Amino acid sequence: MAAVGRSHATRWAVVNVVVVLYALFPVWWIVALSFKDPSTLTDGSYIPTDWTWENYKGIFRTSEFTRALINSIGIALIATVIAVLLGTMAAYAVARLRFPGKQVLIGMSLLIAMFPPISLVSPLFNIERSIGIFDTWPGLIIPYMTFSLPLAIYTLSAFFREIPWDLEKAAKVDGATPAQAFRMVIVPLAAPGVFTTAILVFIFCWNDFLFAISLTSTESARTVPAAIAFFTGSSQFQQPTGSIAAAAVVITVPIIIFVLLFQRRIVAGLTSGAVKG
Amino acid sequence: MSTMAEPAKDEAQDTKALSAGARQERRLGWLLCAPAVIVMLAVTAYPICYAVYLSLQRYDLRFPDRAEFTGLSNYGAVLTSPFWWDAFWVTLFLTVVSVAIELVLGMGLALVMHRTLFARGTVRTAVLIPYGIVTVVAAFSWQYAWTPELGYLAGLLPSGEAPLTEQWPALWLIILAEVWKTTPFMALLLLAGLALVPEETLRAAMVDGATPWQRFTKVMLPLMKPAILVALLFRTLDAFRIFDNIYVLTAGAHGTGSLSILGYDNLFTALNLGIGSAISVLIFLCVGIIAFTFVKLFGAAAPGAEVKR
Repeated sequence: MAAVGRSHATRWAVVNVVVVLYALFPVWWIVALSFKDPSTLTDGSYIPTDWTWENYKGIFRTSEFTRALINSIGIALIATVIAVLLGTMAAYAVARLRFPGKQVLIGMSLLIAMFPPISLVSPLFNIERSIGIFDTWPGLIIPYMTFSLPLAIYTLSAFFREIPWDLEKAAKVDGATPAQAFRMVIVPLAAPGVFTTAILVFIFCWNDFLFAISLTSTESARTVPAAIAFFTGSSQFQQPTGSIAAAAVVITVPIIIFVLLFQRRIVAGLTSGAVKG
Repeated sequence: MSTMAEPAKDEAQDTKALSAGARQERRLGWLLCAPAVIVMLAVTAYPICYAVYLSLQRYDLRFPDRAEFTGLSNYGAVLTSPFWWDAFWVTLFLTVVSVAIELVLGMGLALVMHRTLFARGTVRTAVLIPYGIVTVVAAFSWQYAWTPELGYLAGLLPSGEAPLTEQWPALWLIILAEVWKTTPFMALLLLAGLALVPEETLRAAMVDGATPWQRFTKVMLPLMKPAILVALLFRTLDAFRIFDNIYVLTAGAHGTGSLSILGYDNLFTALNLGIGSAISVLIFLCVGIIAFTFVKLFGAAAPGAEVKR
């Protein structure tokens, strides 16, 4: 019996290791590249022979990267805050209130979740140029928050449905003012869902590439994914491989941190909306 | 969408005799939804109408003053062009093959996450990394891996092979990159479906002598059908607009360009807003047809709230 148990465990251990390797090996490759110095870049080895920070120092010396990093962080954060705010309002209504038109809202979010962004690129390009927000932060924030709204609304309304709203009434019976009931009962209950949604929306905005290359033309609003696609080597004869690898690692770090810290929440967020919403 | 056609019964009754409270609730509901609705309409509905309008014109960005109304001629030009059809078949091929592989792998991954005896947290954390990582970053990693003299994977091939410069090898490598990145998402959606399969039903099937394979096909799959359809619908639509991976891996060269790449090139390389918009509208229609087929043929995503990306 014990032997059966052990072979069972071994089998699962092997499966788990395979899954972890599957997930990590392209990530490791870009990390390895980012630490190789130019002379060993082409040795094809999976572990750098001479570790160097030179690629990282290099990208932080140019505004091409630092400016893009600031753009990425600022644009993704602002878009996340607005999308979560609007999403919270709509999701509260969807989860808690009865009103005609709820199905229209849900259907509309569904349509937008399925919308091909390329279809919007040409009209938005023209519209943004004519109203003067092409190549600015708002020019990217607006499409990002729009495309993440469906995600925010679905995830939040799934969370809000799970909240025991009767507690609010109970608190009022116990003598709490409506404001106190909201602040001390509802906010702590709703906060985890809002926070989880914010992470998902942030990852979504952080990831975008198509809008970032289409709706920007200079450093002033270009985000990191777009910027690294335009990286050129520091000299004409140098490939930008090391710089691209280092920049890629830098923008992967926040994602890894989120995933490590909030794995349980992210899984809950991604699956809750999918089952019944 | 079927979701919009469904009238909400209790809401219809409400309108007959609205108490003050119900009226207040209605107003609050509309008020809370209004900002989200306005934003979504302004940023998607209006531009897509504008795209239709642009697509009916001859509009070259280099000569903006010479724009003129030309009716459907842009559509004629696109639909008779081999570029459109090549990109269309490439996109269809990439979509079908990668979603099929993702479904099988994702199911396996979901079962592992659901069943594994230990290190469940570690497995889930690892799986979230491909989901969370920026697509462009992963695409560069793959591109370097397959570049001769630079990459560890290219080193495994006979020397002189540059797989990203030949159509079929490149298409399979694009599929590999796409599958790696999005299988975890598929697996998480399926995991949600797995959680709905009651343990007792499985045990009952086991007592009745069902083999593991029978339990999987006869018990789990039917119960998971709604989750599977939602996952398939969303991944299919997502795969159909594939852009990032192709842009980085091959830039659409060597017959690997998808429809999104074609639309992008027409706008930013050829600077042809009229043709570019016609392509945009046609892609939008394709996506609509795919979604409609899923909903009508397979009954996917019947309640709108089932869905998210």
